[in-house]
Amino acid sequence: MSDLFADILIQFLNGLAGASSLFLVAAGLSLIFGVTRIVNFAHGALFMLGLYLAWSLIDLFGRSTLLGFWGGVLAAALCVGAIGVVIEIVVLRRIYKAPELFQLLATFALVLIIKDAVLFFWGAEELLGPRAPGLRGAVEIFGRRFPEYDLLLIAAGPLVLGLLWLLLHRTRYGIFVRAATQDREMLAALGTDERRLFTSVFFLGAFLAGLGGALQIPREPAQLSLDLAVISDAFVVVVVGGMGSIGGAFLAALLIAQAKALCIALGDVSMFGTVVSFSKLTLVVEFAIMAAVLVLRPWGLLGKPLALARGAGASAAPLDPPGPLFWPASFVVLVLLALAPLGGDRYLLVLMGDIAVFALFAVSLHFLMGPGGLVSFGHAAYFGLGSYAAALVFLRLDLPAEAALLAAPLAGGAAALLFGWFCVRLSGVYLAMLTLAFAQIAWSVVFQWNDATGGSNGLIGLWPAGALKDRTLYFWATLVLCAGGIFFLWRTVHAPFGLALRAARDQPMRAEAVGIDTRRVQWVAFALSGAFAGLAGGLFAFAKGSISPDTLGVARSVDGLAMVLLGGVQTLTGPVLGAAVFTWLQDEIARNTEYWRAILGFAILALVLAFPHGLGGALKRLRGAA
Amino acid sequence: MTLLVAHGLRKAFGGVEAVVDVGFAVAPGEVVALIGPNGAGKSTCFNMLNGQLAPDGGTIRLGGENIAGRPPRAIARLGVGRTFQITATFASMRVRENVQAALQSFAGKSYGLWRSADTLYRDEALALLARVGMEDQAERPCGTLAYGDLKRVELAVALAGRPRLLLMDEPTAGMAPVERLALMALTASLARREQIGVLFTEHDMDTVFAHADRILVLDRGRLIAEGSPDAVRNDPTVRRVYLGAGTMYGEQA
Ligand SMILES: Nc1ncnc2c1ncn2[C@@H]1O[C@H](COP(=O)(O)OP(=O)(O)OP(=O)(O)O)[C@@H](O)[C@H]1O
Ligand SMILES: [Mg+2]
Repeated sequence: MSDLFADILIQFLNGLAGASSLFLVAAGLSLIFGVTRIVNFAHGALFMLGLYLAWSLIDLFGRSTLLGFWGGVLAAALCVGAIGVVIEIVVLRRIYKAPELFQLLATFALVLIIKDAVLFFWGAEELLGPRAPGLRGAVEIFGRRFPEYDLLLIAAGPLVLGLLWLLLHRTRYGIFVRAATQDREMLAALGTDERRLFTSVFFLGAFLAGLGGALQIPREPAQLSLDLAVISDAFVVVVVGGMGSIGGAFLAALLIAQAKALCIALGDVSMFGTVVSFSKLTLVVEFAIMAAVLVLRPWGLLGKPLALARGAGASAAPLDPPGPLFWPASFVVLVLLALAPLGGDRYLLVLMGDIAVFALFAVSLHFLMGPGGLVSFGHAAYFGLGSYAAALVFLRLDLPAEAALLAAPLAGGAAALLFGWFCVRLSGVYLAMLTLAFAQIAWSVVFQWNDATGGSNGLIGLWPAGALKDRTLYFWATLVLCAGGIFFLWRTVHAPFGLALRAARDQPMRAEAVGIDTRRVQWVAFALSGAFAGLAGGLFAFAKGSISPDTLGVARSVDGLAMVLLGGVQTLTGPVLGAAVFTWLQDEIARNTEYWRAILGFAILALVLAFPHGLGGALKRLRGAA
Repeated sequence: MTLLVAHGLRKAFGGVEAVVDVGFAVAPGEVVALIGPNGAGKSTCFNMLNGQLAPDGGTIRLGGENIAGRPPRAIARLGVGRTFQITATFASMRVRENVQAALQSFAGKSYGLWRSADTLYRDEALALLARVGMEDQAERPCGTLAYGDLKRVELAVALAGRPRLLLMDEPTAGMAPVERLALMALTASLARREQIGVLFTEHDMDTVFAHADRILVLDRGRLIAEGSPDAVRNDPTVRRVYLGAGTMYGEQA
């Protein structure tokens, strides 16, 4: 028993240490959001940059001296702060008034660019950092060894919290920051220079992210996957704590780090005759907390309701039914696509199949985002669960691929029905975060459930027998199913359901006043969207022959968002185009250079900066000028 | 029989008592004005009547049935139409589609996934728009309309549910005086012809006195006077409240 106590105590201290760097990142994210209303997707990338920069700078300044180590950490954080300033001036300043989705896309482009920059300068290998001089040892606590450095980290969180509090509550600058966070009109009345305020807040936020990263150098290796891992953690912390609340971020970081640590400490516990593996819950627990908080206290623990009503619908143009030539023309395109691989080009066959699958995926996401106004950050969950359902039915139940493909939309739809029930209770950024949380839960379940899903190795041997064995036939089946799905969703957008869905997005109060059950309509939209994403996932599984947890990872969700935003949320055909261009580009650039992400990122940035009000807005202005 | 009977309604926001013990009735075909200075609690009353807010206390009987605390969509289906003080139309839709969305919802067709919505109840929608004089703007996106026109679209949308009771929160705000009188004249004639009870708020006293059968006066959440336009016009308390609030009102005696 005292063993367990010592375990728990050590893990508690571990939790405190983990909370500190989580808090630093989240505080920066929260500050930036509070003042600029930008959800900075690139915040995790800034953290990662801090870690890599610290690695190099400490090396440069001298690993073994105190000054070298701490100088390196501080210099790394300052560099990241400076990079934040450049980002703010060059990119974000131009899009403060753009739709939220565009801001997200721009910061996501930064994620891509930073990732490739890191790849370019530091390579793909994990880098083990130096230990802090003077803090290399461990102290003994109840017979367990606890790293000295972690004790220092435990102090860092509250220290930064205190400094931030002083900055925000005891300085003139703090008044401006708080005014901007709480009351825009008051900010205007204070007559401050908004531009300088925004830039400086970006510096501060980026600095904190960089510091959070740099301080981790003795604890975890620098690696390229940190950006997305950290940003989803930071999102969770900010949402749980309340957007824009620093104290909330601290509380949430503590809560989440402790919950994780407790799961590790408990390990496998036998309860009521079965073994409950708490350690496997570590990946899920934070998202479970977030889901619970969002449902019970939608504004977070210490947050206040913010006017986030900048839905995609506010400025949307009417969605007219397609003209008489649209369907015939689409049919001709479809036939041409079907004929394309007859030349026997295997590569083309694979690429076109991918495009078909991702077009359906993107259209299903657009169905939620556009007409529904419900931005899903975790759409890959439905795609991936569809893949896994199809694969499991095929492998474990030994049913033919045709039957397995039926399971895919059912699984996707069922998952969306479950997750959607919670999600439709929220809106805006909060809804997006909850979808992300559910997707992460789904991902970690798949990732850890070795017996069923093969864990991180995934499942292999998904080659259909029978009619679908032939790759060209399989491609045609894919094309028909994807086109059919897209056709169905498009019809639905123009059907009374689509009208009700747009009504609920445009003006929920009015929609309810004409008898529309807005939540139910949105819930059904979730289910439909999830079902078709699931179908796309099922088709993907048999096209590739194997699947891994990546099929439902954050990166795939983000791909979907990029496709939709690239093509334009305002039109129905946009997502198909976006999916085609994105998939092709990714494939084309990836074959020629290692740095396809950066190229894609720059392309997205160029697009966003050229059309800060969205492609739809740009078209409107063109028409207005004509 | 009376259509709507509210009794003992109350609502507080934190410490602010927005509505205190308010009761009144509306008969079919009757046009009742609810007036009062800014912040008197008029919109709050409307929000309770159509279910947007649950009252802290009191009953709301519609045709004998207590509807207090039910959700707006349920109350809408019982025949309560409403327009909002800050116009709420579906901005991304064309004017006609706004009305169609309402018609389709009331007909229980909102879960149709396949059939085109474009033609479903199109004629009915155009007919409703003709009633409020918006037929020639039927194809314009709502996001591009002038404020006064939006108010008329809202009326058409509210009528789509064949209401027994119409709640109109400042239906003519932002309209020119002539338009204003015309819209209220239209509403009043509709109400009388189709036996719809109308409860409306309005800051323009000319409009109120021209069209209301009865007037309720609210001040700081309490009902301070009720009666015919003449009675209310000459009520000393009402005069004091309005003069005190600095609002002028048209003397046409
Ligand atoms: N959601 C709310 N939260 C807090 N207070 C509110 C809310 N809605 C209304 N109030 C308060 O309740 C009181 C009544 O407001 P209400 O909007 O009903 O007045 P009104 O008579 O419609 O005024 P107006 O003529 O300006 O439209 C006001 O003091 C207002 O500040
Ligand atoms: Mg009002």
